[in-house]
Amino acid sequence: MKFPYNEKVLEHFRHPRNVGKIKDADGKAMEGSPACGDMVSVQIKVDKKTKRIQDIKFESYGCASNIATGSIITELAKGKTLEEAKNISWKQASDELGGLPPIKVHCSVLAVEGLRSAIKNYERKHGLTIDKTATTVEKIEKGLKKVMNPLTGLDLVGTKLIKKIELKEGIVKIDVDLPENHQFANSIREEVLEKIETLHDIKKVLIIFSG
Amino acid sequence: MFDEKMIYLDNASATRLDERVLEAMQPYFFKTYAVATSEFGYSQGIEAKEALQEARESIASKLNAESKEFIFTSGSTESSNMAIKGIMMALQKKNKNHLIISKIEDFPILYSTKYLEKQGIKVTYLDVDNYGFIDLVQLKDSISKNTAMVSIQHANQEIGTIQNIEKISQICKERKVIFHTDATHTFTRLAIDVKKIPVDLISVSAHTIHGPKGVGGLYVREGTPLTKWMDGGFQEFNKRAGLENIPGAVGFAQAVKLVTGEENEQLIALRDYLISHVLAEIPQTTLNGHSKRRTPQNANITFHFIEGESITLHLDMNGFSVSTGSACFSRSLEASHVILGIGGNHERAHGSIRFTLGRYNNLKEINKLIKTLKEIISELRKISPLGKD
Repeated sequence: MKFPYNEKVLEHFRHPRNVGKIKDADGKAMEGSPACGDMVSVQIKVDKKTKRIQDIKFESYGCASNIATGSIITELAKGKTLEEAKNISWKQASDELGGLPPIKVHCSVLAVEGLRSAIKNYERKHGLTIDKTATTVEKIEKGLKKVMNPLTGLDLVGTKLIKKIELKEGIVKIDVDLPENHQFANSIREEVLEKIETLHDIKKVLIIFSG
Repeated sequence: MFDEKMIYLDNASATRLDERVLEAMQPYFFKTYAVATSEFGYSQGIEAKEALQEARESIASKLNAESKEFIFTSGSTESSNMAIKGIMMALQKKNKNHLIISKIEDFPILYSTKYLEKQGIKVTYLDVDNYGFIDLVQLKDSISKNTAMVSIQHANQEIGTIQNIEKISQICKERKVIFHTDATHTFTRLAIDVKKIPVDLISVSAHTIHGPKGVGGLYVREGTPLTKWMDGGFQEFNKRAGLENIPGAVGFAQAVKLVTGEENEQLIALRDYLISHVLAEIPQTTLNGHSKRRTPQNANITFHFIEGESITLHLDMNGFSVSTGSACFSRSLEASHVILGIGGNHERAHGSIRFTLGRYNNLKEINKLIKTLKEIISELRKISPLGKD
């Protein structure tokens, strides 16, 4: 029998760990949307003194990669401090799973984003957020580095697909070097919006596909 | 964890070859392998030519067509490319630069028209209703004096919806427009009589009816203007060049002969059993397509709040082969244009599973499927953040 994933991914897919919700969660996040295909919910319980993740649960509306990454991420994050957990990357999660098909990278990124957002949510609730600085073009670029081109599994900035970023009075204009009818134009658009629109001082994001 | 026997339910994609088809083909690999020569050639070539002719007559008769109206191709993808591009090339000279298709056609049609659009051809994409039917009034209104052809599938590849090609072909005939239909998923399962229905071109294929892969055909009504686009020799009445695939043609003819009315009735019964039991026993499910006007082999159901690739993988691990309209399953990561076309949202497409039946499926397998599905769907819903309130 030949399956599209390795044994470890299949194992986590069949028996995902830490599934569900936490009653009185300290931090929670829901990433993705049914429109972009996958959704992940991550909830955490944090030890107030040590700032360690005592408990973590996830839920997934997604494909096998998404479910397996959600599962592994909960295992990786449990017991870690918030600072440590924040730094868990999709690469780490994917390595821990023994590798994922390149085309599925974006599905696994979502689970990692879910964890980070749950931590952010905790920090915001507990007045720990420090980032109230004004958004700059550099900061937007940094955000775009997290948006993957699903075809290659590489990010938009690294693969030089961002032609131009303009920022004026809270309105961001991003010029992407891909044709409007590119097979991934829509999923890329949604991911870009997710990353940039959420910045506190951004009013509107315009994405132009001019390739 | 794994069953020894796989239960194959993706017969719209490809089918298991029937042994009787292989048996019919075998002599044309090892004994009569010559090229089909002219009647003045050598004896093995004449035998090959006769076998080809016999296969052609046999398949054409299934459509009640003349044998010279049936051209062998490498499959329905080629047939549809040939029909769409060949007709548009032939009629463009006469200022006929408009083509009408439905928005839920299969990829050979959709991408042939996208290619033609780049060459300056105008294309109208007809909407479909919630079942996938085109609107005959919209079709009539879309035909203009520049319209060269209409191409509407006989039945849909994903949801099995059968179009009213009797009426569509009549409309086209009245308006003097050429009508092509893609019958990949209906040929031999539903009857088409070209003496009764004024259809001009029909794409068919062997791979959906337990015949060999890589062989199909195009019915071309006599007198239909069709530009040849595969150049080379003068095979197939000078309409399609290339060495004839004689074992393929013989196998195709045999596959056509083996489909019986009784088998089609059995498929309908099995399909209806599958659909009614899944809808009744698993909550939050939607049938995609029409309950009656669908191909005998097709059942397409959305399982809400969960994603199709997860379902197919679980089914695979339990020994079932099916396909899904989910973006995650496709090479392009795009959701099914058919489910979106019938007004479904992405969520409906992502959770849609296509079960397509064939000669080798039986009731025992379907019962096992329903039992397995219940477990899988319930497990995946436990993981999902959607649908819980």
